[in-house]
Amino acid sequence: MSLTNETIKEQLIGKFGEQVSHFEEPYGMLSFESLNEINLKVMQFLYDEPGLQFRFLTDLCAVHFPGQTGREIAVVYHLHNLVENVRIRFKVFTDIEKPDVFTATQLFSAANWMERETFDFYGVNFVGHPNLKRILNVDEMDYFPMRKEYPLEEQTRIDKDDAMFGR
Amino acid sequence: MSEQHIKLPEGSIEKNSTTLNLGPTHPATHGVFQNILELDGERIVSAEQTVGYIHRAFEKIAERRPLYQITPLTDRLNYCSSPINNTGWHLTCEKLLGVKIPKRVDYLRIIIMELARISDHLICNSVVGVDSGAYTGFLYVMQYRELIYEIYEEICGSRLTTNMGRIGGFERNFTNLAFEKLEKFLAEYPEVLREFENLFTRNRIFMERTIGAGPISGERALNYGFTGPNLRAAGVDYDVRVHTPYSSYEDFDFEIPVGTTGDCYDRFLVRNQEMWQSINLIKQAYRKVQEFKGAEAEVYHADAPAYYLPEKKDVYTKMEALIWHFKIIMGETDIPPGEVYLSVEGANGELGFYLISDGGRAPYRLHFRRPCFIYYQAYSELTKGSMLSDAVIVMSSLNLIAGEMDG
Amino acid sequence: MARPVRFNIHPIAADIKNNISVTEMPPGHTGEGFFATRLSDVVGLARKNSIWPLPFATSCCGIEFMALMGSHYDFARFGAERLGFSPRQCDLLMVMGTIAKKMGPPLKQVYLQMAEPRWVMAVGACAASGGIFDSYSVLQGIDQIIPVDVYVPGCPPRPEAIIDGFLRIQDLVGEERLRRRNSEQYQGLMDSYGIK
Repeated sequence: MSLTNETIKEQLIGKFGEQVSHFEEPYGMLSFESLNEINLKVMQFLYDEPGLQFRFLTDLCAVHFPGQTGREIAVVYHLHNLVENVRIRFKVFTDIEKPDVFTATQLFSAANWMERETFDFYGVNFVGHPNLKRILNVDEMDYFPMRKEYPLEEQTRIDKDDAMFGR
Repeated sequence: MSEQHIKLPEGSIEKNSTTLNLGPTHPATHGVFQNILELDGERIVSAEQTVGYIHRAFEKIAERRPLYQITPLTDRLNYCSSPINNTGWHLTCEKLLGVKIPKRVDYLRIIIMELARISDHLICNSVVGVDSGAYTGFLYVMQYRELIYEIYEEICGSRLTTNMGRIGGFERNFTNLAFEKLEKFLAEYPEVLREFENLFTRNRIFMERTIGAGPISGERALNYGFTGPNLRAAGVDYDVRVHTPYSSYEDFDFEIPVGTTGDCYDRFLVRNQEMWQSINLIKQAYRKVQEFKGAEAEVYHADAPAYYLPEKKDVYTKMEALIWHFKIIMGETDIPPGEVYLSVEGANGELGFYLISDGGRAPYRLHFRRPCFIYYQAYSELTKGSMLSDAVIVMSSLNLIAGEMDG
Repeated sequence: MARPVRFNIHPIAADIKNNISVTEMPPGHTGEGFFATRLSDVVGLARKNSIWPLPFATSCCGIEFMALMGSHYDFARFGAERLGFSPRQCDLLMVMGTIAKKMGPPLKQVYLQMAEPRWVMAVGACAASGGIFDSYSVLQGIDQIIPVDVYVPGCPPRPEAIIDGFLRIQDLVGEERLRRRNSEQYQGLMDSYGIK
C-alpha cells in the first residue's frame, strides 16, 4: 500500500509516543519534531522499518530562532524514501548554551560534511562526529557567523560607507 | 624560501608516504578546492579535501534581500547553468506564494533549463577531455556554447549569469530571433555532438584513462547523498524531473540514462546521453510552444500582480506600474509566512531550496541544498588505491563547480 | 531598435582586405641599414605582443575566460597564446572571480612567486571590489593584498571587455620605462603592501 503522511505519522506515534510532536504538513510535506536525545533513534527507525525505508538524507541544516529560549537552534533533516517517493522533514531543537546533537554520520555518510557546515555556521556540536572542524570559513574564525546576532558585512572595511549603501 | 614559510608537520620525515598538495590553484579551470593526497609511490593512500576557498556566504546574504534580489545570488551557484538555478528559485517562491503558472511558461522554462543543462554538460565533458590531454573537443563545443549564450542574450540580456525570468514567468516574450537561433541550434548542434562523441567515446586512450577510475557502487552513492549524473552512472535512476515533476515535465517523453559501475567513463557517457535527451526535450517543448495560437501565444507570465514585476514599458509610462515595481523590488509586498522545500534537477544533481519565511521582506532562512558539496565528500573513497593521474580525472569527471560547493 | 545581430545566424562573407593589422614601428631614426630607437620601445614592443598570462580563475568570470580562449573570441591572437599555470614563468596575473579571505594567502603567494616585470589584471566586479558579495567572508577587492594594474568591471565582463582590459595592459607594458621597477615610487608601492 502506498505510503501516506498519515501512515508515517501513525507509525511514528506508535513507536515513540510523546517524544515526537508538532506534526504539520506545510505545502504537502510532513514535518515533525522530536526530542533532541532520540534523533538517531528516530532516523534509525525511519531507515529500518519495512514500511518506511527513508534511506536518503537529502539535506541537513540548522535554523536559529533567537526568541525561543531553551530551543534556539533547530537542526532540520530532510529525508526521502526513493522507492515510494515520499519526503519528510524532521527537526530537533537544542539550547544555544549547550548545542549537542548526536551525529548521523554512521547512518548516512552524506551527513559528514553537512554537519561540519552546520557546526561552522551555528556552532552545533555533533557528538561522535569523526572530524568536526570548520569547513567553509577560515579556520581562525572564532564566532559562528550565521547566528542572527552577527552582521553580514565585515566590520573593518573602510571603503564601503554604510550610510551610502543604505544600511 | 626560508624556513619560516615551511612548517613540517609531526612525523613527516619518518613516514613512508609522500604528501602532495593538489590545489587550490591548479591548472585546470575547475575552481578552487584543495586536495591533500598521501601517496605511496604513485598510489593514493588517502585524500583530504579542503573547501571554502570561495565561500561567499550566500545564505547569510539571502537573509537580507527581498525575493527578487536573491535571484542574482542563485545565478552564481552553479554558474555554468544559471537558468536552472534561477528557475528553481522562482519555482520555490511560486510554491510559497501560491502562484499558478500557465503551460506556455512552463514549456518555455523547460527549453531554457535544458539548454542550460546542455551547456553545463558540455563544459564538464570537454574538460574531462582537456584533463586527459585532448584539447580539441573543448574547442569544438565551445563554439556551440556561444550559440547557447546568444540565445540567452536574446531572452534576458546576459550571457552567463542570466538572472532570467520573474516569479511567474519571464520578463518578456521570446522574440522571433530567439526562436530562429534556437532552430539553428537544434539543426546544427546534433552533428557537433556526434563529432565530439567520435573523438572520445570509442577512443582507446580515453577509455583506458577513464574506465575503472573512481568507481562507486549504487548503495554507497546513495549513502553519500549523490544525485544527478554521478548517481545515475552508479546505476540508480533517480531524477527529480521524473520523481517530483516541476514545470510540466510530466507532459514530456524522455529517458533517463543509467550507467553500471559509476566510474569516470560511465559518468562521461551518462552526461553525453543526457545531452541527447535534452535535445529531444527541447524539440518537444518547442513543438508544443508553437502549437499555442492567437492570444495564448502571447502568454509569458502568470497573472500575479502582487509578485510579478510589471513590464518595463508600463513602468516608464504609468504611475501604478511604477509604484508596484518599486514596492515589489523593495520587498514591501506581503509574503506569507511558511516553510517550503523544493528541488530541481540541476546539472549536477538535486538542487534544493529550503525557504523559511516569517512574513518579512526577506527570507528568515534560506538554505541551498548544493549537490556538489554533498558528493565531493566521497572523493577520498573514490580515489583510494588509484593512481595519481586518476585523481585529476575523477575530480574533473565529478563536475565540481566551486561556486556551488562553497556557496 | 535591436542591435544588428551578426554571428551564427546570417553569416557575413569574410573579407581579408583591410582586415589584417600590422604592428607599427616605434618612432626612431632610420637610415641605410640601421634603425635607431629607444631600448624601452623595442623591449616594450616585444613584451606586449607576447604576454604569458596566468589565469587565476576562481568562479564565474573563469567561465567567461574559457569562452574567451575559445575560437569565437580567440584570445591567442593578442599574443597570449601560451597560458602558464606556474607563476615563475608568467608575466600577467589575471585574477578572475571572487577572492574569499581564505583564498587571500594563496593569491598573495602566487603573486610573490612571479618574477619582475609582472602585471596584475583584476577581472570582474568581485576581484575589483568584492562585487555583489559584501559579506564577512569575501575580500573586498584584491587590491587590498596585491597591487593591481588594470580593473575590468562587469559581472561577468563580456569577453570583449576582458580583451579591452588586456589591450590596456598591452599599452602599459609597451610604455613601461626600463627603470620603473627600481624606482622609489614603485618600491613605495610594494612597501605599502608589505612586499619585499
